[in-house]
Formats: sequence, structure tokens, C-alpha cells
Amino acid sequence: MRITNHPLLGPQPPVNLVPLEVDGQVIWAKEGEPIAAALLAYGIRLCRTTKRRGEPRGVFCGIGHCTDCVMTVDGIPNVRTCVTPVRAGMKVTTQRGLGQWPNDH
Amino acid sequence: MAQRSLKGIAVVGGGPAGLMAALTAARHGAAVVLVDENAEPGGQLRKQIHKFFGSKAHRAGVRGYRIAQELISDCTAAGVELLGQSVVFSLRECTLDLLQKDDAFNLKADAIILATGASENALAFPGCTLPGVMGAGAAQTFVNLHRVLPGRRVLMVGGGNVGLIVAYQLLQAGAEVVGVVEALPYLSGYQVHAAKIKRAGVPIWTSHTVLEARGDQEVQEVTIAAIDDHFHPLPGSERTLAVDTVCLAVGLTPLAELAWQAGCRFCYQGALGGYVPLHSDNMETTLPHVYVAGDIAGVEEASTALEEGAIAGLAAAAAIGCPVPIAEFDAAQERLVSLRKGPFGDIRQLVKSEIVKRWADCRVVE
Ligand code: FES
Repeated sequence: MRITNHPLLGPQPPVNLVPLEVDGQVIWAKEGEPIAAALLAYGIRLCRTTKRRGEPRGVFCGIGHCTDCVMTVDGIPNVRTCVTPVRAGMKVTTQRGLGQWPNDH
Repeated sequence: MAQRSLKGIAVVGGGPAGLMAALTAARHGAAVVLVDENAEPGGQLRKQIHKFFGSKAHRAGVRGYRIAQELISDCTAAGVELLGQSVVFSLRECTLDLLQKDDAFNLKADAIILATGASENALAFPGCTLPGVMGAGAAQTFVNLHRVLPGRRVLMVGGGNVGLIVAYQLLQAGAEVVGVVEALPYLSGYQVHAAKIKRAGVPIWTSHTVLEARGDQEVQEVTIAAIDDHFHPLPGSERTLAVDTVCLAVGLTPLAELAWQAGCRFCYQGALGGYVPLHSDNMETTLPHVYVAGDIAGVEEASTALEEGAIAGLAAAAAIGCPVPIAEFDAAQERLVSLRKGPFGDIRQLVKSEIVKRWADCRVVE
């Protein structure tokens, strides 16, 4: 959920919204914000499932340290979404296990 | 791998300590490269929307993110070169290995200042890995910097300053805070912060802990319980709360991997968050020309990180041959000592002196 009006910071300044594809659905994100922030704005909190047990994981540290938030971005697996800025037209998918590289079969 | 050699100082980490170190060294004539992993430097200052405490010299009354803006523009004016979105993955002597986007290269400098900060501690309980359980600092970044709520109904775990401040800022941003849980019988954070959330009607449960978080794919509820003097849960005191988010504010640990890798000597100091690299009053580690500043040198506050950064910047500049008046060292040391006052500050000052002593012992032996 976006915070549109903040008592200290004031109203949200006008921003450039760009499309971001998440598991095939288009959402609108602020260009340059971390991918994880764009997902949280839509209440999307599941980033990946673990390799062996398929347990859900989402943002934990928010500083690029724990790797719980990794997803597959434009075909590249294990991208830390909390420190990777959104660019228009990015394709993000929920990652299963360690993910798959484009030329990996 | 491409190589680059810098006649000057490389600073790793663009938070308060790193920015101040870079600025101070550049103002004394050093060529400085500042490496930061994020899209923009500023570190944890960027999410700090409350006003700083203390005296004028320590920028009391100024909000953290403004301090970051000022430091960044001062750095630019002083000629600091900023390498953003760059991850340092190794340090040997004064050579850093870096990954910038998809390019790996190494950077050899005359001196290195590590200002990598700290990471939030986790807490182990069933369900602690569910999406929705996150560091309080992480939640604070999303709320104050990116302006998104990580959830709507939040339980805060930890009644220190981080827990209390972030609980209040979550309220300000429109989230519901169902309560603050603290394992100790009292809150260790400042009274002013506690008073704000008490006034807002947020329940505070001291001598309590989290037993379990549950949910399908993400947090839907959490069970807390009272604990006895030995931190064991008291049967029958369990209480289940409907929340979608559990924030953990249970301390920080210095992020010191690069210092370990480079071979710096360490010691364990619980009061400063764990293992810290031994360092002199001038912030030099046991390796020549490798300095530390800020939370990596022991978890304290943004204000102390700024002063340690200034000292490291002066010392590194002097070490590579820039003229630095001795009076500037003394003034920075004095400002730093004046920040370590009060019950917590006194302990930190004591522990820091111990670290400096151990550093000197190492130097004598080698
Ligand atoms: S949340 Fe820890 S790396 Fe992104």
C-alpha cells in the first residue's frame, strides 16, 4: 500500500510511473524505487520459495544482505529485489528454488 | 579483470560514516572514491525523518535525510568520485574487488576506509521466515524512504530506540501497531519515544516474547507470551494477535566481512553488537592504511558515526601525505567523546578504550 499523505513528509511528490510485469501481470511502479517496494505497494510479499521444502520467503533485511528477497528479473535468477531499482518494462517472476538461467536446461 | 589504480583513498559505504570520511579526506586534498551498493548514497540517514538530538555541533534538530543530502552535495563539491550500485566483494591489503552492474574490476588505493555499517539481528521462532517477518529498520526504509507500507497490522518486537521509533513512524504512516513486545522487564529506549507510542494507545508488553508466527504463505497471526526471570514462557499467558507483519528490533551486528577477509584483528564486544575490528583512536585497524568508521567499528548512532568518519578521513589523508593540522584531530576526538555520555554512552566509551588498548598491544607484538 502506498502512503499517499504523510504527516511529516507531506503528500507524495509527483512521480513517473512505469509498467512492471510480475508473474505475467502488469503493475505500476515508481521508476528507480527498489523492485521490492513496488511489490509491497501492491501487497505482494512472496518473493521466492526455497529449494528443498518450497517454503515461502520475502523481504527481511531490506539492505541487500540476507538474500531472502531474490527473484528472477528479466530472466536472471537470484536478483536481490530490495536493492535493485525498477526500470520500465522489467519482467519479474516469483522464483522457485535457485531459479533457472536462460540457457540452463 | 580490469584494474584501476587510485592515488588516494577508497571509502566503502556511503552512510553517515563513509560520507563524512570521504568529505573530510577530500577537503584535505586527498583524491577520494566512494563506493556504495545502493542506487543512491546516504545509507540509513535517508530513512531518518526524526530530528537529531544533542548539540548544535552535532546537527541537533536536523532530520537525518537532510544531513545525507547536505553531505552528498558537499562531497560532490569537494570532488569525491561516487561509484554507485557497486558491490565490493573482496579486500586484500589496499585492493578492492568490485562488481559494478555486470562489470567486475579491482581498485587499488593508497588507503581504505571501511564504513559498511551494520545488519539487523534475526530472532528464531517457528514462522520467523514467513514473508511479513522483517527487520524494523527494513520496514522503516520502506515507509519513510520509499513510502510504501510493508503491512497494515504490525507487532513490534523490541523496546529499544529502534523498536520505539519505528513503531511510532509506522503509526504516522497509517499502519496499525497492535503492540510492542520486550523481553526485558523494562523498555531500554528513551522515555520520549516510549511516551509517544503510549499516548497513541499502543500496548506495551514487557517481560514478553514471541512464540510463533503462523500463516499460509505469509504472516496472518502471531502468538506472544509472558516470560519469567529466566526468559522461559509462562504457560497459560499465551495470547494470539491477528497481524500481517512482525517487525524485529532486536539489535544490530557490525557488517565486518571485508575486514575479516583482509585479515584485521578483532575482539568481541557485546555492548557494541559483536565482533569488531581492533582500531586506534584514529580508526586505523591492525592493517596499515586500512581504517574503519561507524557501525562496523561497533554499533552506536549516526552522530558518532559522523565523528568517527571525520577522524578516519583525517587520519587516512594524513597517512597518504596530505597536510592535516593536529588541532583538527583533537577537535574531532573531543566531539566524539562528548557524544558518549549517559549510562549507555559511558559503557561505549569504556569499551572503545579497551579496543584501542588491544589494538596497541597487537601493534607492539608484531
Ligand atoms: S531483503 Fe535481505 S537481501 Fe533483500
